[in-house]
Amino acid sequence: MATDLQTAHQIDDTGIDLDDQTLLEMYWQMVRARRLDERVWILHRQGKIAFHISGIGHEGVQVGAAYAMRRGHDYASLYYRDLAFSLSLGLTPLDFMLAVFGKAGEPTSGSRQMPSHWSSRKLGMLSSSSPVATQVPQAAGAALACKLRGDDRVVIVTLGEGSTSEGDFYEGLNWAGVHQLPLVCLVQNNIYAISVPVHLQMAVPNVADRAPMFGIAGAIVDGNDVLASYCVMREAVERARSGQGATLVEAKTYRPVPHSSDDDDRTYRSRDEVEEWKKRDAILRFQVYLRERGLLDDDAIAEIEERVRQEVDEAHAAAEAAPYPPPEDTLFPVFAPDDRV
Amino acid sequence: MPEITLIEALRQAMDEEMERDERVFITGEDVGRRGGVFRATQGLYDKYGPDRVIDSPLAELSIVAIGIGAAMVGMRPICEIQFADYIFPAFNQIVNEAALIYYRTGGDWNVPMVIRAPYGGGIGGGLYHSQSVEAFFAHRPGLKIVVPSNPYDAKGLLKSAVRDPNPVMVFEPKKGYRLIKGEVPPGEYTVPIGPAAVTREGTDVTVYAYGMMHYYVLQAAEMVAQRDGISCQVVDLRTLVPLDTKTVLESFKKTGKALIVYEDNRFLGYGAEIAALLSDEAFEYMDGPIRRLTGPDRPGVPFAHTMQDFYMPNPDTIADAIRDLAAY
Ligand SMILES: Cc1ncc(C[n+]2csc(CCOP(=O)(O)OP(=O)(O)O)c2C)c(N)n1
Ligand SMILES: [Mg+2]
Repeated sequence: MATDLQTAHQIDDTGIDLDDQTLLEMYWQMVRARRLDERVWILHRQGKIAFHISGIGHEGVQVGAAYAMRRGHDYASLYYRDLAFSLSLGLTPLDFMLAVFGKAGEPTSGSRQMPSHWSSRKLGMLSSSSPVATQVPQAAGAALACKLRGDDRVVIVTLGEGSTSEGDFYEGLNWAGVHQLPLVCLVQNNIYAISVPVHLQMAVPNVADRAPMFGIAGAIVDGNDVLASYCVMREAVERARSGQGATLVEAKTYRPVPHSSDDDDRTYRSRDEVEEWKKRDAILRFQVYLRERGLLDDDAIAEIEERVRQEVDEAHAAAEAAPYPPPEDTLFPVFAPDDRV
Repeated sequence: MPEITLIEALRQAMDEEMERDERVFITGEDVGRRGGVFRATQGLYDKYGPDRVIDSPLAELSIVAIGIGAAMVGMRPICEIQFADYIFPAFNQIVNEAALIYYRTGGDWNVPMVIRAPYGGGIGGGLYHSQSVEAFFAHRPGLKIVVPSNPYDAKGLLKSAVRDPNPVMVFEPKKGYRLIKGEVPPGEYTVPIGPAAVTREGTDVTVYAYGMMHYYVLQAAEMVAQRDGISCQVVDLRTLVPLDTKTVLESFKKTGKALIVYEDNRFLGYGAEIAALLSDEAFEYMDGPIRRLTGPDRPGVPFAHTMQDFYMPNPDTIADAIRDLAAY
């Protein structure tokens, strides 16, 4: 497991059981999320959309984690950075673009929520909200349900390192420990919560250091290494599925862009720091690795870029052309009808 | 028909619902072996085991959040908050999460869960074992709220709450747990969430109440009938959200005078909404000021019995308020 970030420019593929096809698919997922995300930043600069919260920089850990799940079977409770994660679970670029433009037919919330508040019953994504960390004890509840029913589902919940300061995080993982729940809590530690650095969130060096206090397993992984992330997550998912309880996984990563389209990160960190981290970018590293394995060359890379560009173009165009929700959609009922099971 | 206590009615409701539907489970502090500090879940742990009657960690936020997550994926949790006063650590999970999930997902996800909490004063519980918290939650769209005043309704409403596809909060008048007895038929029945009940027909003054205060209002109505010849129409709201506006308005139109009794603080309490509704939609029937008899605007019921008695409306103070209004 590569934890020394200064030297961790390589990909650690120890114990990887993925075939070439899947490796290329994972690369495609990462590129697709990145290009879609970049397009949305452009739309924001053009004044065409109101808000964007970006997943750039986190694609490695997210795609690795998604591929470690039994997708469509396990539950995921995701947070706003998880664009690559959501796409890997089956959300489409058009779905996301509809959210970004706040258009009718947006599938996760009918454009009631801001973009990046993932939800899909069909894809097994629990509904996420804006108050950070609320999803952690809810995910523990879903995991408790899986355990009580004796089904073999696992619940994956994600959040940022700053959000681990909330009580919800502690109370949720405490349940996971007490009841040995089939839960994997993945913290994407990008060392900032908006502007606040991680050493002002906690006095221990690693989020995962807290795992013992819950009586659950802990693991640290280089989140910019997609395969190392996959491996650690797969181990955690298997631990959960086999009844051995929860894992707190901490992925060390970085957000090379502002917190959101409303943030100016020059007010709290140096350009040198950002540039240094960009050299460890998850996509670049995976690309180098796949080239070395002979799975990618310039032509193949260009072909993937072109395929992704087309998909993003189409999603962008369709979402821009789509109608806005009728104002009366505000009055969507708050209660499910009695015959809802 | 057998007479049972209000708490026994609640216990029966949970027992029957757990028997009927294996997705139902209970969690909360001391609900297991101990059967709850008020004994609402007595015997259920022995009958259904530790997987269905789960002693939670002492952490209210998680009691509710565990319920939300489990409910979303198909369970029917009943979450007990030991005292309503301790519900606030879970406030965010209730008002920002449970209440919003159906709306915020355009109906994709729903949260069929029950949150039970004993509320109210009169038991020497002091500032932090006596609070009424319904107004905080009634303000938030997305939460159904019921407050039973008698064993029959307690059992029937709790059973409906368990079967409802939405989050339902059940505030239980703890002073009435053993004090209030009533007939409950053997066998299956439910009381629907929504309809209020007219519990006394009358022509002079309409009195609205719920929970413990409704119990006192019936006593007060009898007192003024006997001593003063005043005829009260009494409405037991039973369900605070969604409010049965039809019964509220029709009962007002009979008398043109309204007294709303609630033991919560006066300011922005639940009765303020009833008053606003009446003035808005029944203005031309009004034959006097719309009055409220409530606890004072102090943040809890004090411990010493002198102050507790001062705080709580009781049959005598309610009767006085009815006489006052009848004379207007
Ligand atoms: C309860 C709550 N408080 C404050 C906020 C505002 N807020 C949104 S994201 C954020 C920082 C979160 O940082 P972190 O958990 O590290 O995740 P990251 O954004 O770095 O991925 C804050 C303060 C919020 N959404 N919820
Ligand atoms: Mg962060």
